[in-house]
Amino acid sequence: MRSGAAIIAANRFGLGARAAEVPLLEADPRGWLLRQIDMPGEVPAAFANLASGNRRAGEYMEAVAARRAAGLEDLLRRNGRQVYGEEAGARFLAAVRSPQSFRERLVAFWSNHLTVSVLRPAITFFAGAYEREAIRPHVTGRFADMLVAACAHPAMLLYLDNHLSVGPNSESGVRSRRGLNENLAREILELHTVGVAAGYSQDDVRALAKMITGWGLLRPNEGGTTGAFTFRARAHEPGEQTLLGCTFAAGGYEQGEAALTFLATHPATARHIATKLARHFAGDDPPTTLVDRLAMRFVETGGDLLQVARALVEAPEPWAEIAPKLRTPFELQVAAYRALGIAPAPDRVLGSLAQLGHPMFRAPSPAGWPDRAKDWAGPEALVKRIEWAVAVAERVRVTEAPTAILERALGPAAGDATRFAVARAESGREGLALLLASPEFQRR
Amino acid sequence: MPIDRRRLLFAGLISTYAPRLVLAAAPTERRLAVVVLRGAWDGLAVVPAYGDPAFAGLRGALDMGRPGGVEAPLDLDGFFGLHPALEPLIGFWRQGELLPVHAVATTHRGRSHFEAQDELEAGMPRVVGRADGWLNRALGELPSPADRRLALAVGPSMPLTLRGEAPVASWAPSRMPTPSADLMTRIAALWQQDAELGPALAEGLKAQSMAGEVLSGDERMGGGRGAGAFVAIARAAGGFLAADRGPRIAVLDIGGWDTHSAQGTVRGRLVQSLAPLGAGITAMAAELGPAWRNTVVLCVSEFGRTAAPNGTGGTDHGTGGLALLVGGAVKGGRVLADWPGLGRGALFEGRDLKPTLDTRAVYKAVLRDHLGVDVPAIERKVFPDTATIKAPQGLFRA
Repeated sequence: MRSGAAIIAANRFGLGARAAEVPLLEADPRGWLLRQIDMPGEVPAAFANLASGNRRAGEYMEAVAARRAAGLEDLLRRNGRQVYGEEAGARFLAAVRSPQSFRERLVAFWSNHLTVSVLRPAITFFAGAYEREAIRPHVTGRFADMLVAACAHPAMLLYLDNHLSVGPNSESGVRSRRGLNENLAREILELHTVGVAAGYSQDDVRALAKMITGWGLLRPNEGGTTGAFTFRARAHEPGEQTLLGCTFAAGGYEQGEAALTFLATHPATARHIATKLARHFAGDDPPTTLVDRLAMRFVETGGDLLQVARALVEAPEPWAEIAPKLRTPFELQVAAYRALGIAPAPDRVLGSLAQLGHPMFRAPSPAGWPDRAKDWAGPEALVKRIEWAVAVAERVRVTEAPTAILERALGPAAGDATRFAVARAESGREGLALLLASPEFQRR
Repeated sequence: MPIDRRRLLFAGLISTYAPRLVLAAAPTERRLAVVVLRGAWDGLAVVPAYGDPAFAGLRGALDMGRPGGVEAPLDLDGFFGLHPALEPLIGFWRQGELLPVHAVATTHRGRSHFEAQDELEAGMPRVVGRADGWLNRALGELPSPADRRLALAVGPSMPLTLRGEAPVASWAPSRMPTPSADLMTRIAALWQQDAELGPALAEGLKAQSMAGEVLSGDERMGGGRGAGAFVAIARAAGGFLAADRGPRIAVLDIGGWDTHSAQGTVRGRLVQSLAPLGAGITAMAAELGPAWRNTVVLCVSEFGRTAAPNGTGGTDHGTGGLALLVGGAVKGGRVLADWPGLGRGALFEGRDLKPTLDTRAVYKAVLRDHLGVDVPAIERKVFPDTATIKAPQGLFRA
């Protein structure tokens, strides 16, 4: 590719160009991006045989019951690992094959914004279904809908303990001595919506926690679909609550839903999300002009994520610099396989992502993976990238000349030293190793 | 013979990036390992104040009773105990090499993991545009210039504690094959063009070359995942710190402390991190051998947890917490605490252990009395504007 805009569209907004996409990118880079979000998302073929989140939750709850009854600890672990392997493998292949890689990047961004992590072993059962059901359908929809879907999903309820939270003055609370768990409410305020800059208090955290008491999962003996979301009125804290100065009338499920919708459209949320998006698409220290622009569009449209994504494409700032961002290990590996036009064996990819410090669905905390170069460019992590690149080049069967792959994958982003080194490599393998291990290929 | 090739490569890179390493004189014998416990560990579970009259009532189901009972804490001093999962450390206590520091905290009061960890590691309240760690600032002030680049992050990412202007290496176990030295040299040459990434890669190659010299093949590969992997990482850190020309400062991470539910006493989520922590410190000590005499291991966490259990068998984000000092250079066998008490009215905001010591006081003592950093440098460069925070005397053997 010859134009800088085409490379930015392919690599920064997308996940790297596949060969068939080059003519479209060259002809109209912005149009290529806008078409992906204006059209509905395609369900990746790799997802065809995956079970629903409710089904996964059911399997999990039954495995837990089996462990209690018969001590089948292994079964729980083994089943969780197997579900995780299927889901993570399908997710990686979907990214490698997608003709809508801008949309795929948005899925990854929002999934990271509303992280659940398999560091809690229970989440191995649901992380994939969560992203497919709570995140993916909403990346060009309303943020409020995404937030409610995420907070009502078995994965998030289990990840941040809300299924255990009981209103202290509710019927169940009075009877059982069980009580409130603030975990999910605190992370909603701090990470998912208004952010710490909004200056909320401990009382706000507790008010939100009370409003989402009763949001839980159906247990095996309760009838209905085991593991599905349920609202337990008996565990819901009675009474009106005040959150960030806004009063929410007493109620059931709709009280929590109203609070989440209020937070999702709050101006501080717009600012918080605009900053994260700008950082993801324009550089680690994004221009405030872009943050302002995105926040304004978010507020004007009540958190319409299609309009916010359009504003990103239409803004001048993301197009100013050719490759200011360091690829995460996930982005690096997806880009490599897209450039090579091959689909890897999922087992191998999952192992090497873990080796590079970026295992799928396994973010270190509810804050998700970091999005600045300094968090990924540790000395050790960079050595690992090179080892990985050389190992991939040794393994794959590619007949195309590495110089041609370089033109497609990096174009004007490639420096002279890298072009020269790839061109005079003594073999195709070595050329490919130099390309994938080059500093330019680490960037987008 | 990949190790020899690595050594060759190492030498080649040094001439480009880090001449000081080759020229360095014999480094200090003092060693420091900082372990960052991410997620806020429950200090009242790890070092229970069973002698406080309010303790048992407040802790409810999380109380393990008094020492001597079944599944009870080990006794320290008749007032404080030690969680039985840290039994591997009780030998250090008996030798006077373990010093728990209780009711300690940063100035952060918002109970946010991420902001509190930033402050814990930066060693100062969040300052916009400033993102370096206290230990990195201290590196530039070490008395012997030979020590300054001898810091190593052990684990896949570079913790804020060590980030900053002073160059720092990092290392983590690897299962990937090693590229040929020739190809690696050509790739490294490409990276020299990249002002942001090039220097970091050079540090990584340096650490890797050192790993080839001081660790066996099995150690380089590491073992286990999650908190379990900590033992392997701690053992490797001990190997690095023991080496004659190795680093003298190491920073490690271990997570899994955010026990909002099912925290448990002798079983449960807390023990899943506590057991590897104890085993890891013991493995590090074994690896250090005679050098343990000159070593301080400092374990710190971003804040404590609520004094009472929450409604779900766990504890929520709190304030006053616990730090541990372990090592042959520690003057331990006692608990350092200006104990605020747990009675009604003594708790911070009615729910948390009240902090009575700033974490930076401990940092300052480590720098002044263990690593020999000048007091004016500590006060001006490492922790500016903190004159009111006084380092306690007598925490370390001279």
